[in-house]
Amino acid sequence: MDFLKDPLKLAADWLIGLMTGWGMPEGVATGVAAFLGIFVLIAILMVIDIFLVWLERKVVARFQDRIGPNRLGPFGLIQPFADIIKLLIKEDITPANADKVVYNLAPMLSMMSVLILWAIIPLAPNILGVDLNVAALYIVATGAIGTLSIIMAGWSSNNKFALLGAFRQVAVMVSFEIPMVASLLIPTILSGSMGMNAITRAQYPLPFFILSPLAALIFLIAAIAELGRAPFDMGEAESELISGYNVEYSGMKFGMFYAGELLHAFTFGGFWGILFFGGYGLFGLEKLPALAFLDNVYINMLTLIVKAVIGYWIIMWVKYTMMRIRIDHMLAFNWKFLTPLSFALLIVTALVHALAKDASPWVYGLSMFLSNLVLGWIVVEFLRRYSRAEREKVEGPAKPAMEAAGH
Amino acid sequence: MNQWLLVAFFFIVGLIIPVGAIGVAAILGPKKPNPVKQETYECGLETVGDSWVQFKAQYYIFALVFLIFDVETVFLFPWAVRLGQLGLFAVIEGIVFIAILIAGLVYTWRKGMLEWA
Repeated sequence: MDFLKDPLKLAADWLIGLMTGWGMPEGVATGVAAFLGIFVLIAILMVIDIFLVWLERKVVARFQDRIGPNRLGPFGLIQPFADIIKLLIKEDITPANADKVVYNLAPMLSMMSVLILWAIIPLAPNILGVDLNVAALYIVATGAIGTLSIIMAGWSSNNKFALLGAFRQVAVMVSFEIPMVASLLIPTILSGSMGMNAITRAQYPLPFFILSPLAALIFLIAAIAELGRAPFDMGEAESELISGYNVEYSGMKFGMFYAGELLHAFTFGGFWGILFFGGYGLFGLEKLPALAFLDNVYINMLTLIVKAVIGYWIIMWVKYTMMRIRIDHMLAFNWKFLTPLSFALLIVTALVHALAKDASPWVYGLSMFLSNLVLGWIVVEFLRRYSRAEREKVEGPAKPAMEAAGH
Repeated sequence: MNQWLLVAFFFIVGLIIPVGAIGVAAILGPKKPNPVKQETYECGLETVGDSWVQFKAQYYIFALVFLIFDVETVFLFPWAVRLGQLGLFAVIEGIVFIAILIAGLVYTWRKGMLEWA
């Protein structure tokens, strides 16, 4: 039964015992075991990434009323492996004018910025890389590496399309980082910690998407912009910049950008699940006496993966439904709407938290939810009046419906 | 074991995987460079001039505004973590801090720096 409770610790103990048996000092053996564990985790991630390619292609096909990959294997499942073989044996073309060092470093950093995010993702209470107590800041910090890799790729390619794409993408990414940081502050306030495990545990009995639905929405929008996916894909606008910052990349280097983007979307789906939907918990179901068998490591891992896939699916749904937004509209949307809204939400949350923290969890939850609802209603009402005023500037004052119909 | 050592391991493994993939591709792929192939891609046209040129100043201004906000919001994290223990006075202080930030945003807005001119 021990293996069911904490398989990671058991495997690590066995490995460390084996290596100390060979005469290795215990500190070194622990380090080697940790290194191997991280290697296995990242290797599993790369396999997941391969299937994400299949998932993305299949889902976009269904959204566009096509079938998608269906020739290789059942449901085209072997297609991504064929894609990888193709990427591996393609010629790697480096433009003669490129800055070689920066050009080659950019795809590696792009992939790395995604993989290191998994250091802080708790798949189960004990199955996580590091339970950092500054995990929320770590998300923002690794995001900066991704931004860096994009500006490196765009600048070093020495291509006008790539440079334009990189500038646009970076402008969008840094702008939407403000609402993202502000919406990361909400779970921090609600749980009193920046650690992912503590945030997950604090979501029993009420997950944070009930306490703060607005924050969950803002985080999703900011995450989609951080990923550079439609409707915020100004950086790689295919119809005008061909492929944006990665236009000069080919072969496996392009593959790294592509796979990195898909894994990034999946990872942010996972963060959405952790921060607002209770992470590896099943919304308190596993705490019920009748369903106690659900409280085990494998169910926890499965729960988080399912939540990440659902988050990823929602991000794809948005991508294939919405049209691309012009860059000035995009930045105005961020700076004139999302940023003030997220700071207003932060003030409201802090006030309600200070006033209601000593009440029972249900009163606390209800007051949080209602304050979010009121703020959301004020915003929608304001937007309605603003857009009506803007429309009247163009069309003249609105006529009553009867008159407009010609009666 | 030190937590940050584990994070460093993640950085190392996170670099080994893409370096390995790109390295294998470099060994397996054909290498037949020629001048036409290595030209800068511009839809078949020959590219004119360098692309490392002056660019729109607006990008720089947005980066500047971002920098102010990002540094300031990082100060809010310790406040948010200890909000439960701090009491109402510290909450009001935090809100004053956020209000000063918003005043900065309003100033930038009024100055027309948020327009894509």
